[in-house]
Amino acid sequence: METATAPVATRRITIDPITRLEGHGKIEIFLDEKGAVDRAYFQVPELRGFEKFAQGRPAESMPQITSRICGVCPTAHHMASTKALDRLYQVEPPPAARKIRELVYNTFMVEDHTLHFYFLGGPDFVVGPRAPAAERNVLGVIARVGVETGKQVIAMRHKLRGLIALAAGKAVHPVFGIPGGVSKALSREDAAQFRQVAAEAVEFAQFTRGVFEKVVLSNSEYVDLIKSDLFTHRTYYMGMVDRENRLNFYDGALRVVAPDGRQWAKFDPADYAQHIAERTEPWSYMKFCHLKALPWRGFSDGAESGVYSVAPLARLNAADGLATPQAQEACLQYFEVLGRPVHHTLANHWARVIELLYAAERMKELADDPEISSPDVRTLPTAVPHEGIGVVEAPRGTLIHHYQTDERGLITKCNLIVATQHNAARISMGVEKAARGLVNASTVDDGILNMVEMAFRAYDPCLGCATHALPGSMPLLVRVCGPNGDLRSTLRRDADGSIHRG
Amino acid sequence: MPEDLKPRPDEFEPRIVAFFCNWCTYLAADLAGTSRIKYAANAEVVRVMCSGRVDVQFILKAFAKGADGVLIGGCHPGDCHYQEGNYKALRRFRLVQRLIRQMGIEEERLRLEWISAAEGDRVRVVIEDMVKNLKRLGPLRKPGQPNLLEVA
Amino acid sequence: MKPKVAFYWCASCGGCEEAVLDLAEEVLNIVAAVDIVFWPVALDFKEKDVAAMEDGAISISFVNGAVRTTHQLEMARLLRRKSKLVVAFGVCAQLGGIPGLSNLTTAGDTLREVYGAAGHPQREYREDGRTLTLPRLFDSVFALDRTIPVDYYIPGCPPSPKIVADAFQVLLGGELPEPGTVLAPDRAMCDECPRRDTHPQELKLDRFHRVQERVLDPETCILAQGVPCLGPATRTGCGSRCISGNMPCSGCFGPTSRMRDYGGKALCSIASVIDVSDEAGIDRVFEGIVDPVGTFYRYSLPSSFLERKRLE
Repeated sequence: METATAPVATRRITIDPITRLEGHGKIEIFLDEKGAVDRAYFQVPELRGFEKFAQGRPAESMPQITSRICGVCPTAHHMASTKALDRLYQVEPPPAARKIRELVYNTFMVEDHTLHFYFLGGPDFVVGPRAPAAERNVLGVIARVGVETGKQVIAMRHKLRGLIALAAGKAVHPVFGIPGGVSKALSREDAAQFRQVAAEAVEFAQFTRGVFEKVVLSNSEYVDLIKSDLFTHRTYYMGMVDRENRLNFYDGALRVVAPDGRQWAKFDPADYAQHIAERTEPWSYMKFCHLKALPWRGFSDGAESGVYSVAPLARLNAADGLATPQAQEACLQYFEVLGRPVHHTLANHWARVIELLYAAERMKELADDPEISSPDVRTLPTAVPHEGIGVVEAPRGTLIHHYQTDERGLITKCNLIVATQHNAARISMGVEKAARGLVNASTVDDGILNMVEMAFRAYDPCLGCATHALPGSMPLLVRVCGPNGDLRSTLRRDADGSIHRG
Repeated sequence: MPEDLKPRPDEFEPRIVAFFCNWCTYLAADLAGTSRIKYAANAEVVRVMCSGRVDVQFILKAFAKGADGVLIGGCHPGDCHYQEGNYKALRRFRLVQRLIRQMGIEEERLRLEWISAAEGDRVRVVIEDMVKNLKRLGPLRKPGQPNLLEVA
Repeated sequence: MKPKVAFYWCASCGGCEEAVLDLAEEVLNIVAAVDIVFWPVALDFKEKDVAAMEDGAISISFVNGAVRTTHQLEMARLLRRKSKLVVAFGVCAQLGGIPGLSNLTTAGDTLREVYGAAGHPQREYREDGRTLTLPRLFDSVFALDRTIPVDYYIPGCPPSPKIVADAFQVLLGGELPEPGTVLAPDRAMCDECPRRDTHPQELKLDRFHRVQERVLDPETCILAQGVPCLGPATRTGCGSRCISGNMPCSGCFGPTSRMRDYGGKALCSIASVIDVSDEAGIDRVFEGIVDPVGTFYRYSLPSSFLERKRLE
């Protein structure tokens, strides 16, 4: 464990691994001679290479293969993949199939957001960011909120995941996605179960909102932390919206708003490549997304920088509202307190609770729809496959699956842009800013280092997901330095391939 | 023996694992022996009661253990001592050929031949043809393959 | 003194972590019975905390995920040193898993595909006097027991709640089974499949269908409907969840003790159900198996006899 004071001679602090998230990551903090932070890096040290070994696989196996990118959000990959297959085979699922998919999807959003709130990010607030490491976890949460509440949370997740398994085969790595439909219909009994649990889920969401209000919003120290400049970045935000610009997790258009909150772009998700660019840094396997129309200006805030964010905070900023009544009310309250758009990274936790409520209400709407137990859940594809793009809002942000196949439907090319990649730049900035503001050689301890970790944890990042990307023309900056490190000249290649010397 | 099949000290000698069925091909190989038919010594013969006994796992293990080629010898269609065994072998053979192709192993390294008990010379012809092909294809294991757990 | 327990993930998706949480309330009992000293998804202990422990201080380390990077190899070796028992949790640790399909390619080709020609992240990178490191990818993916001795295996992708609960009970109880045991029943999935009674005595197919080509009857044996189902070759214990989802078994519970190369055996079982005897007809049928490796070795390529596609 880190000691309470470190000698000024300590020039490097490593947090390895970062914890309470999905995936592998480490943070390297470099100190200058005075013991202040010089630079901090958020590194992702893993890569499994799904886009490569997907080549040669039959497209219909992709919903189950890509779900193994992440066992926490497998349903997101499964769904984006299935939607890509619909486009690939140019086939529309019957209305009941579409509703079943959206029902399962919202069920999943409720349980995954619940996981994050109580198990992953929540402990920082419920137990306290600088509580002893051994208590900063779900067990610490249960110790604070009580075993009965703890069991309630566990039971709620268990029921929700039981429903996913009922409709989709398994909760971890569902199997029901097929081009043009789903593998099985819901019986009337199944639908009744969904209705019952959905009603409980809405109640549970309101309860969770209550926990958040009690533990966080009525604690002025936490509210100050949320609003502090230390955890604030003014960037662009992206999320999926329906025709009325209301948030939708399953389908819609992608909408980007600028740091001042105005709409900056709205486009068909199939056109993502025109709007999103990526770059590689030599010190991380995770690639960084930025808006294509704005040239890369480094890891920086503001309207001139193409850095943007996704996931709950971003989604509420990018939408004009929520389509279900209780969540909309919660959303209005949220913006009343924080103003809009909200730039405070830690407000992600609050936005997540509101999304949890929306997902539960949407689940109820769909479960109440009599068509949900229609037996007509398949349209058999007949077209020759070629190319398909499927996009959903995963719990952690916009998820894009893009496949090209030969005429037999075997994958020739697979591009995935996974939620946390959209956040990668902002996460890096957030970790460095938090480190600069909090870490000093003479005062660093485990609690302070945990607060640096809180800068990424608010995004609920999924690093197993994030180590995938779209290859292509990469913006590149070459700096030629003299032996003393002084900059002699630069060579820059932009995303459009043009070269500039300086 | 043809000149090009005589073993040379510096040249690659392919190793073939041959699964021969007891009732037909194995007897043919015996016949070749008693008839003093000379042929290349590259094949190690495993006698099985029927070509249908050849589990796909045997084929894969042979390649994994260093065989450059695998040969299965069975009775002609319709002549199987157990009625259907050779058809089972044929089905597995056609599917496993597709598999090894995906694994970067040339299909010709795996061969299925119908050889009856009377066809002693056919054993010679098949093995010599296979040796010639394998010499052309080269060894299955490329020389100097790295220990996969070591990092350069 | 409660036994110390660790959970770690190598090249993993996190699904095995979720499998533990899917014990629901039962998890609280387990947590009360042990002292969890390392579990990055849920607890804040760091690698240096593990390194500081005495060798053998951890009673059981449950390791999921395959080994793909130098760092994962180091962690596997570290946990082996610090633990009395190491359990391969889930099919990636047991057999290589879906990341094992990377054995059809190389690290170089993967990096080129992901990062393009412009360059990929570096093992060591220096900037202004600072040195940053990343682990290197191996060309191949390895099952855990290729890198360290493994005491037990818990199969599945992920293991089902019942398998996990039963395994915990056995391992934390008094009597340990024979080392090397796979902690699941040693029977084929067909044995416990809810559609078992509709499986005909002899299957005679003359065509295979891809799953999008037909609407599967939810009560009849899926293999009998012409869609490849690997139930006959796969170990049971999963509760036949995919079948209940009206989709075929893809083999995630791996082999029974009676087969050494899972994919080879699975291939045999599919080849044996067709009723065509002429070569041209047989080829026509197998056109319906468009991806043999992906079908038969989806989860087990690294642990197969051939291990990987032949390197150039």
